[in-house]
Amino acid sequence: MTARTLPTDRHHSGLSGWLRGRPGAIAAGGLVLLGFLMVAGVTIGTTAIGPGDTLAVVLHRLLGLDLGGSWTTATETIVWELRLPRVLTAAVVGAGLAVAGATFQGIVRNPLADPYVLGTSSGAALGAAIGILLPVSFVAIQIGIVNVLAFIGAVAAALLVFRLGGAGRAGGMTRLLLTGYAVGSILAAFLTMAMYVSGANLRAIFTFLLGGLAGASWDRLFLAAPLILGGCLAIGLRARAIDGLLLGDAAASHLGVDVKRERGILLVLASMTTAAAVAITGLIGFVGLVVPHVVRLLVGASARRVVPLSAIAGAILLTAADLVARMLGDLPVGVVMAMLGAPFFLVLLHQTRSGYEL
Amino acid sequence: MSSILAADGLTVAYGDRTIVNDVDLAIDARERIALVGPNGAGKSTLLRALTGVLRPRSGTVMLQGIPIEAVDSKTVARTIAVVPELSQLPFAMEVQEVVALGRLPHDPPLSGSRPADRDAVVAAMERVGVTHLAERDARRLSTGERQLVYVAIALAQAAPILVLDEPTAHLDIRHQVEIMQLLVDLNERDGRTIVAVLHDLALAAHFFPRVALMSAGRIVADGPPASTLDAGHIRGVFGVDPALVRLPVGAA
Repeated sequence: MTARTLPTDRHHSGLSGWLRGRPGAIAAGGLVLLGFLMVAGVTIGTTAIGPGDTLAVVLHRLLGLDLGGSWTTATETIVWELRLPRVLTAAVVGAGLAVAGATFQGIVRNPLADPYVLGTSSGAALGAAIGILLPVSFVAIQIGIVNVLAFIGAVAAALLVFRLGGAGRAGGMTRLLLTGYAVGSILAAFLTMAMYVSGANLRAIFTFLLGGLAGASWDRLFLAAPLILGGCLAIGLRARAIDGLLLGDAAASHLGVDVKRERGILLVLASMTTAAAVAITGLIGFVGLVVPHVVRLLVGASARRVVPLSAIAGAILLTAADLVARMLGDLPVGVVMAMLGAPFFLVLLHQTRSGYEL
Repeated sequence: MSSILAADGLTVAYGDRTIVNDVDLAIDARERIALVGPNGAGKSTLLRALTGVLRPRSGTVMLQGIPIEAVDSKTVARTIAVVPELSQLPFAMEVQEVVALGRLPHDPPLSGSRPADRDAVVAAMERVGVTHLAERDARRLSTGERQLVYVAIALAQAAPILVLDEPTAHLDIRHQVEIMQLLVDLNERDGRTIVAVLHDLALAAHFFPRVALMSAGRIVADGPPASTLDAGHIRGVFGVDPALVRLPVGAA
């Protein structure tokens, strides 16, 4: 080899270079920030409750400790029944959507993929609309029929797309994406029909489409969180397969990745995570598409870094957005996230000298 | 001497179309062999079967004396490194990140990369001479640079067998020679077994002591280039006037 003396690119100076080499430091910093946001999320609201009282209520309910604080029953209800499940739901759903987004982007090798590429959003929305329009109103294990049908709709849509799109086939990713689009369109047409005939229920359907955390409750969280967190964990443990796929199917198999099997498992895990998230919070966009890209800009494209850090960053983003949304009089969280998050993302894209063309 | 990689009666077919037909091929450790032949002769398919990612319809592939389907995929990947085709990366990635993907078969699944992995990546980049590109976006390299980087991925894999499919396609003459010299060096100095599909008969004849010629799914000649790339084979297999092909072995 002839020695070449091209100057080394130097875009890794300063803070970004330092961060890039230290994913552990980013994770630690992110967890501290998340903790801070969650405390703020419970403390701040239309009724201000001090951190001391908040902590006392939580300890009292969790451990039965009596720290001798003097809070009212109303305070206890606000902290324990309303804000705490809401904040935790925001963190869990944010983490789940970001991890699902990172997974879909990796396995379909498309930076524009988001958690809803396989039609899960339309399936969930249609399921929810049916739940809203049904004349019965039964409550299954303390969660509403809307949530149950939304989950079933999302899972059914994903399964249909797998089946029609040949999810296991090598190199069939374009076919899978187009199938997801087609199935999503059909379901969306039915959804539009449902909305057209919904009359007074239109607002309820519309609320689901906007997504939000107002409906958060312990029961919903307890049912969805194991699916979401379990899905995130299982995806994290398989992140090396996503890394192998960066170079394409053939290269991944030469690197010892069982492409068909791993991709099938990852598609199922990411779809399950997404379905559980939309079932309890409706359609929340942006976080699943953008968070993985922000993480890649910080630490590079290796999925073994991107997946865990996306979980933390997604939790931070949705918790923060919900906090701001509540302070602004309970705006839809998706609106806040897009209005605050998108400009931040644009600035980040602009500042990255290494270039990030799609 | 037992072969490091051997095909015995290997037949690969899609439906009723036979791509590779009853091929016997024994490759010894530290050998350097080029597979040549016209388009559609089955060279790439043979490579895919030899590397264990394609199941043959009949026949066996033995890797170090063991049927390759009985060897777990991670061990295969630690024994055979295949230089990836030049596909577009979905995300911006630094060259060193791309080369690090070659460590996948070695990584413990949970912990991140260990010092040994980082050393292997640095060594692989040095070996092919792309260290100065380490922090560049791999998607913004020239084709020649990219081919070298992709060879570095396979080197980071630290496998005794290195397999390449058309490593000089799309490269100018200087980069073609550079890649060939690198392969010779990896074979003679590091003792790696090299198996390469090549289109350029002159490169095969000049840089490879053994050339196997494929035609219509069969190996029709196998040996030193002077015998496999003689005038009769050039005319018979490629249907080209041998006088038009000037090979360093004097085939014309």
